[in-house]
Amino acid sequence: MTTPTVTTAGPARRGGRLLWTPARVRSVQAETARATRLVLEVPGWAGHVPGQHLDVRLTAPDGYRAKRSYSVASGPEQPHVELIVERLPDGEVSPYLTQQLRVGDELEVRGPVGGWFVWHASLGGPLQLIAGGSGVVPFLSMLQHREAAGSDVPARLLYSARALPDVIGADRVAATDAGVTLVLTRQAPATWQGPTGRVDARLLHEHVVPPDARPQVFVCGPTGFVEAVADALLELGHPPERVKTERFGTGGGAT
Amino acid sequence: MSLISRGFAGRARTTSSDRLPPGQYDAGGSFPVLTAGPTPRVDIGTWDFTVQGQVDEVARWSWQQFRALPREDVTTDIHCVTSWSKLDTRWQGVSLDTILGHVETAAEYVTVFSDGGYTTNLPLEDLTGGRAWVVDTYDEEPLAAEHGGPARLLVPHLYFWKSAKWVRGLALTSTDEPGFWETFGYHSYGDPWRSQRYAGD
Repeated sequence: MTTPTVTTAGPARRGGRLLWTPARVRSVQAETARATRLVLEVPGWAGHVPGQHLDVRLTAPDGYRAKRSYSVASGPEQPHVELIVERLPDGEVSPYLTQQLRVGDELEVRGPVGGWFVWHASLGGPLQLIAGGSGVVPFLSMLQHREAAGSDVPARLLYSARALPDVIGADRVAATDAGVTLVLTRQAPATWQGPTGRVDARLLHEHVVPPDARPQVFVCGPTGFVEAVADALLELGHPPERVKTERFGTGGGAT
Repeated sequence: MSLISRGFAGRARTTSSDRLPPGQYDAGGSFPVLTAGPTPRVDIGTWDFTVQGQVDEVARWSWQQFRALPREDVTTDIHCVTSWSKLDTRWQGVSLDTILGHVETAAEYVTVFSDGGYTTNLPLEDLTGGRAWVVDTYDEEPLAAEHGGPARLLVPHLYFWKSAKWVRGLALTSTDEPGFWETFGYHSYGDPWRSQRYAGD
């Protein structure tokens, strides 16, 4: 099968329409017990802005199709497009992507999509990222880009995970020179010095760039987490127009 | 171009599949929340709903006046652009036919505006003919803030981002002005049965 190569700037489009493009799976690796990192080769991929997502479409032999959106985990400077997909127990697409997909398979994708929940070095800062669980994925792209671009924008990541083995993007989180606070909500090693428990106003007050520094705040995670964090940020005096959110609920945006 | 995904079977095809637009799945009992920013906490003491823009006279309803308008029960399927659909959702509110019956206009388009600064655009025609409501009740309970309470628009024949949460009014216009998501690449009209997700679809 020959694949069309699109060389124009911007995503693959025809007559203004974002096109479905075959992407080849270069690697499938366990990221955590529940999440898998997929490295995709997307011919004609013209780059993305950190925070944008990609639509993935699967087609069954009878023509039935399922489509989901996933945030891009890689930075625009990286050679391939990486997704980190968390397997949801009742999911339709995520079990396939995390358990059946193999190197060499093809997936149909289109994107990049979304222009709101994005950050680029030219947008400045300070940058405050707040993630719950797999909500960290778009931030991995932002942090990679910030470093690749040599940006000196001050950045902080507050990342709430259930336990250390659930940390997604541990390599990127460990390597970044952004300030990182990891919060463990369910289980922490006996030697753990960092914060534990639910992310509340007190924890945000201690670990988040204060409102008078006028940070751009991005919050991504499950709905309950984002609701609670966004409410607490407003209580602490962050203006709503500087708080961008992206949420996924049970059975929501990405199964 | 179409590509069969090796080993992909998908969910069991359900009898309700004729109610699911292309690429949508049934979210069942869950009701996902998608919002671009913090949930505004709205005080109904200062809440009002206005119809303004290209109108002879601005029409305005306080919360009490809005609650006194004739109400309708609506049971409908809703379709989110992120691929979930929810069948037989039950709402109560005021038909836009009732609200627009108070307004004289030559406008053809509407910018819906909300607390928190959200906007979305629609042809005025799509808000008429028993196809759109301002709802304040979901499943017989006051509409929760995270789902757009105290009141949201309900335009179920279009993707659900058109059903603006925390709605405060309509600005009538002669031209189609892109709203919030529409300026970020989403489709200007958003018909789920024609998969109008992104600009150009």
